[in-house]
Amino acid sequence: MASHNLKHALFCAIVTLIISYPILGFNLESQGIDVTLEGAETSTVLGVLLAAVIVFLFQLFRDNVMGSLRQLPAVNPLANRKPMEQSKRLKLESTLLTLMVIGALIWPFIASRGAVDLATLVLIYIMLALGLNVVVGLAGLLDLGYVAFYAVGAYTFALLSQYYGVSFWFALPIGALLAALFGLVLGFPVLRLRGDYLAIVTLGFGEIIRILLNNMTSLTGGPNGIGGIPDPTLFGMEFGRRVKEEGNTSFHETFGIAYSGEHKVIFLYLIALVLAVITAIAIRRLMRMPVGRAWEALREDEIAAKSLGLSRTAVKLSAFTIGAFFAGFAGTVFASKQGFISPESFVFLESAIILAIVVLGGMGSQMGVILAAIAVTILPELAREFSEYRMLIFGAAMVLMMVWRPQGLMPMRRIHIELKRQE
Amino acid sequence: MQDLLYFVQQLINGLTIGSTYALIAIGYTMVYGIIGMINFAHGEIYMIGAYTALIAITGLTALGIVWLPLILVVALLCAMIVSSSMGWAVERVAYRPVRGKHRLIPLISAIGMSIFLQNYVHLAQGSRNIGFPALIEGGFRFGAEDSFQTSITYMQITIFATTLVCMTILSLFISRSRIGRACRAVSQDLGMANLLGIDTNRIISATFVIGAALAAVAGLLLGMYYGSIDPLFGFIAGLKAFTAAVLGGIGSIPGAMLGGLILGVAESMTSGYLSGEYKDVVSFGLLILILLFKPTGLLGKPEVEKI
Repeated sequence: MASHNLKHALFCAIVTLIISYPILGFNLESQGIDVTLEGAETSTVLGVLLAAVIVFLFQLFRDNVMGSLRQLPAVNPLANRKPMEQSKRLKLESTLLTLMVIGALIWPFIASRGAVDLATLVLIYIMLALGLNVVVGLAGLLDLGYVAFYAVGAYTFALLSQYYGVSFWFALPIGALLAALFGLVLGFPVLRLRGDYLAIVTLGFGEIIRILLNNMTSLTGGPNGIGGIPDPTLFGMEFGRRVKEEGNTSFHETFGIAYSGEHKVIFLYLIALVLAVITAIAIRRLMRMPVGRAWEALREDEIAAKSLGLSRTAVKLSAFTIGAFFAGFAGTVFASKQGFISPESFVFLESAIILAIVVLGGMGSQMGVILAAIAVTILPELAREFSEYRMLIFGAAMVLMMVWRPQGLMPMRRIHIELKRQE
Repeated sequence: MQDLLYFVQQLINGLTIGSTYALIAIGYTMVYGIIGMINFAHGEIYMIGAYTALIAITGLTALGIVWLPLILVVALLCAMIVSSSMGWAVERVAYRPVRGKHRLIPLISAIGMSIFLQNYVHLAQGSRNIGFPALIEGGFRFGAEDSFQTSITYMQITIFATTLVCMTILSLFISRSRIGRACRAVSQDLGMANLLGIDTNRIISATFVIGAALAAVAGLLLGMYYGSIDPLFGFIAGLKAFTAAVLGGIGSIPGAMLGGLILGVAESMTSGYLSGEYKDVVSFGLLILILLFKPTGLLGKPEVEKI
């Protein structure tokens, strides 16, 4: 144990105290205009001290701890296994996906209403994450304002239904196309920018859209949002107890079954499921098409891709537009599910969550992104007692993931051909 | 005459806000200049500085200390120490392990850190905004009694003066001191500086610490100026300051100062002549326009892409 270790450990412990004690150890209480200071509970103070001691000990024995951690992989039985053969892996992946879709189809008929509702939300996030995966994972463009396109989709449906009485099925393609158009119009000028600048500009664009939605009160209702968004219909059959629009019939009367609020929830879930599957399949095909390969080529090496004759703008723009298109899809479903939307739903944090899903799952990997979307949406629901720590853990998880496993939980693997070595 | 007074008033307000943006922008621009990453958590460090200052002010008042300069100096020191430690720790925990990896990775790590810090303060201090006592009151007024009067408050003067002092010290530090020289060397060529025996890790830590300390100064000043703080107010200010840094040319310290002032004036003119709600739209619009037509910013050096 060298002496510089001791000095460093002491320094780290003091820094720990400095950054945690003032903020955690004192509570500002405001009564009217007066602000008073109160000491925190003893347990918090003890916690802070304990944290400092732990940091001290860790830094002191850092070399030993790290050394023994390095031994750990030898214990891990999965560490040295050979990667699965490609044909086997592809088969396994498609079997898994099929099983998941089948499971998802059965789900609404065995689960409770709340669980189906949650599953709809998961599917919306899957659509969003798959769309963002094209932009960030495949094309390598960091888009921090992705939620803007989601908002465009949702508001298109809400406004069209409010002013022109347009139904869900008409609004769905319009919303998606309009979002794609927004992507195209924004993308055209900004895609010339380098990575970090692009991130900030898209972030600014997302904020601009949110501020506009908030302030154009006469059109969008401002912070009060838009309510009364209609539910989707099934070939003109409505899911409410009574028929709202002339010429429509209601679902339960047509089939002669008793009215139940669950029908609507299940129907919406199935729509979301179909759209999510369409999204997944469409992007899967796109990935194998020349345009998909161009995305990846550009992500890996822009200069090399350019010298091979790829148009940088066209390739980036296609990724950006397709990503925005699927966000519009998801937005329309979201508006219909909630029945009410306001700018509150489209804040930067939402973009960060979708980005985190893509990163956690493994940029570019569809399977990983789908699993991460499920995990990120469901885990907070399961751990309700920790709900106030949700975002804290979320942020920490993002950092830790980048430090320890930047490639994500299930990194993307490209389809390739292996030549067998001749005996 | 009255129009002129109104204009001057907006200009003063804009320069006040702008000079604090400039203080925060220094942190972005120094970090970007050296390791080429956007320190997304910088806005949160500024917010933590404001909270620490408020805690120190409330604590000192509760102890019965009423001499204003003492309160301000102690609060400023506390805020700077806590923020600098935070800046150091953030770099150590979230940025150093991912340095040199693909450029998306540090950025995402920084976004995670920003969310983490926001919620850290949110959990510790609650999400409601807390009143920040206006310690410096009063000011000068110009113009006829019965019409529009231009005013400069003592608070605004304090903000100008403090910013000026900080900027002067920083400029001297960067140009004269050993660490400042090392900073410039590292920002020109990190690898070469390392070969020449400069402890680059130390210098990178130093830039985070300096940036965080200046952000803490801005936190105290803006907290007093606005009169209230909440855990989210770092985010938007950070974004503005980043815009200012890009506007002036990221990586350039005089650029950050200039960018901050321009942005502040543009914003206050928007709120003065159009509507306060659209000032954020104007500043982000300005950012997009600058990046489109002059991506290097006003004082930035063009970047050559090498293979």
